[in-house]
Amino acid sequence: MLEGKVWRFGNDVDTDLIIPARYLNTSDPQVLAEHCLEDLEPGFARKVISGDIIVAGTNFGCGSSREHAPIALKASGVSCVIAASFARIFYRNAINIGLPILESVAASKEVKQGDILRVNFETGLITNLTRNQVYQTNPFPGFMRELIASGGLIPYLRKNLSGEKLGV
Amino acid sequence: MMGMTITEKILAAHAGKERVRPGDLIQAQVDLILGNDITSPVAIKEFEKIGVKKVFNSEAIALVPDHFTPNKDLKSAEQAMMLREFARKYEIAHYFEVGKMGIEHCLLPEQGLVGPGDLVIGADSHTCTYGAVGAFSTGVGSTDMAAAMASGEVWLKVPPSIKFHFSGSLQTWVGGKDLILYTIGQIGVDGALYAAMEFTGETISSLTMDDRFTMANMAIEAGAKNGIFAVDDKTLEYLRGRYKKSYKIFASDPEADYIQTYDWDLSTLEPQVACPHLPENVKSVREVSDLYIQQVVIGSCTNGRIKDLREAAQILKGNKVHRDVRLIVIPGTQDIYRQAIREGLIEIFIDAGGVVSTPTCGPCLGGHMGVLARGERALATTNRNFVGRMGHPKSEVYLSGPPVAAASAVKGRIIHPEEVLKDA
Ligand code: SF4
Repeated sequence: MLEGKVWRFGNDVDTDLIIPARYLNTSDPQVLAEHCLEDLEPGFARKVISGDIIVAGTNFGCGSSREHAPIALKASGVSCVIAASFARIFYRNAINIGLPILESVAASKEVKQGDILRVNFETGLITNLTRNQVYQTNPFPGFMRELIASGGLIPYLRKNLSGEKLGV
Repeated sequence: MMGMTITEKILAAHAGKERVRPGDLIQAQVDLILGNDITSPVAIKEFEKIGVKKVFNSEAIALVPDHFTPNKDLKSAEQAMMLREFARKYEIAHYFEVGKMGIEHCLLPEQGLVGPGDLVIGADSHTCTYGAVGAFSTGVGSTDMAAAMASGEVWLKVPPSIKFHFSGSLQTWVGGKDLILYTIGQIGVDGALYAAMEFTGETISSLTMDDRFTMANMAIEAGAKNGIFAVDDKTLEYLRGRYKKSYKIFASDPEADYIQTYDWDLSTLEPQVACPHLPENVKSVREVSDLYIQQVVIGSCTNGRIKDLREAAQILKGNKVHRDVRLIVIPGTQDIYRQAIREGLIEIFIDAGGVVSTPTCGPCLGGHMGVLARGERALATTNRNFVGRMGHPKSEVYLSGPPVAAASAVKGRIIHPEEVLKDA
C-alpha cells in the first residue's frame, strides 16, 4: 500500500523523454535520477518528492529498450507509474527492477495533476483521495508483489534461490 | 466455458494452471533459454549477481555467438570470449562455437532444440521465430535471461490473440515473406502490440516450414509478443529425426476468443517490398520498380534457409549480377551451407558474381560483411529497414523475399522476378 501525489503526463512518453540518450554513458541511478524527465518537465528531479506517483496516457515507455528509463524513475523517488497502457519492454524492465506499474484506463482518464492517490497492490485498487473515486486494476499475483518488494528480479532470486533448491 | 487459443494453452500448461486469460501475470517454466554474443554478456553479469553456483539446467540453455562472429573486432572478440567461458564453466550443452554456429533462429529449430508446445525465451527479439513449430517463444531482456538461467522460470503477461486467416493459392514467386510483409503493411508496426499472432487458413497449410519460419520471425515487426502456427503434417515431418524430446500438441479451440480476426484472400498477391524506414511501408514490387540499388543481401534469420537459397539460385542461374551491385549471400547455418554446396547453389552464386559468406548476422544489423556507405541503397531479405540499420544513417534498406532480391541483383534495380526470367 502506498500513497502519493500525482504528476500527470500525456500519451507516448518515450524512453528518450524519461532519460535522454545524452546521459546513457552512466548507469549510476543517482546521476540518471538527476536528469529524469528533464526535457518534458524541467526541474522534475528537484520538484519530485519521494513517494510521488506518475499517471500517464497510452504507450508509456515506448522507444528503446533501455533499462535506464525505469531505473531513473525509481531513483528519482517515483513510487509507482499508472498509465492507460505501457510499451511491452518498458513494462518488463520496470517490473524487473522493482518499479511497480499499473494499467488503468479509468485512472488515466480521471486523475489530474496534484491529486493524491492511494494504491493497494494486493487488491489492485487505486483510490483517488482528492476526488473520492476508486479505479479497479488487475492486482499483481503474489510472486510479483514479492518480486517488487524485494527490489527487482535479481534481488528476489538472490533471496529465494537457496543453494539447496539448485542442488549445490 | 470459453475456449482457449494455442498460445493460452501452452502458457497455462507451463504455469501449472487449468486456464489463463489475456492480461494474467503468470510465472512459467521455460523449456529453452537463448542468448547471443550481444545480449548474453549483460545477462552473464546479472547472473553472477544472483549468487547461485549452477544454472537450473545446462541442457536447456543455448548460446549462439552469431552477431559479430567470426569476431569482427576486439570488442566483439571479448564478448564472444565471455560466452565461451560461461559455457565452459557451467557446462552449457548447446554452445555453438564458430564452425558449428549459425544464425540462432535458423540454427535452433534445425538442431531440434525447439518443438511443439515448448515455452522458449531468448534475449533476442526475433525469438518469436519458433512459433512456426507450434511453440510459444518470445524475446525478453538480458535480466530475464539471467533470472531464467538461475531459476528456470520467467514471468509473463498472457497476450490476447489475433487470428489471421489466409485463403487462396499463391502466385509463383510469392512466399512467406510476402505474406508477412503484406500483413504488416495492413496492420502497421504496432498492429499486434502485446498480442499473439495466430496464422491459419488453407494458404498456411500449403506453405513450407521455411516459409512459416519467415512469417513467425517477423511477428515482432508488428509489435507482437509471439507468432504461432498450428502443428500439422508438415511440422511433424520437419521434426522427425530432429526433435528428440516427447511433446504435446496444443491447438486452439473453435470457440477460443480473439480480439480481432483478419480474413484475406491472397490469390492475387504480388511479391511485396517494404520501403524505408519501417517494415509497414509495404508496396507491391511493381509499384517500386526502377529504384537503383548498390547492394543485395540474401540471408538472415528471416530468409537464410535452404528454400530461400534455392529460389535465389533458380533466378541467378545463367545470369550475371549487375555491374553496379554487390550481391552478398549468407547461408543461415553450416548445414544449410553444406546443403547449398551439394546442390550446386553456391557455384551458381559465384558464377553470377556474388560473394558467399560463412553464416553470420553480419550486415543485417550493420555489423560487418556488407555495411552501407552514405547514400547507398540496399535490397535485403532481412527483417528491419530502420534508419541506419545496415550502416550509414543516410543509407536505405528495402526488404523483400529472395526471388525479388535475386532478380533485382541481376537488373540493378528493384524488379519483379518475371522480368529476369522472360529475358533468359
Ligand atoms: S539475422 Fe538480423 S534480425 Fe536475425 S538475429 Fe541476426 S541481427 Fe537479429
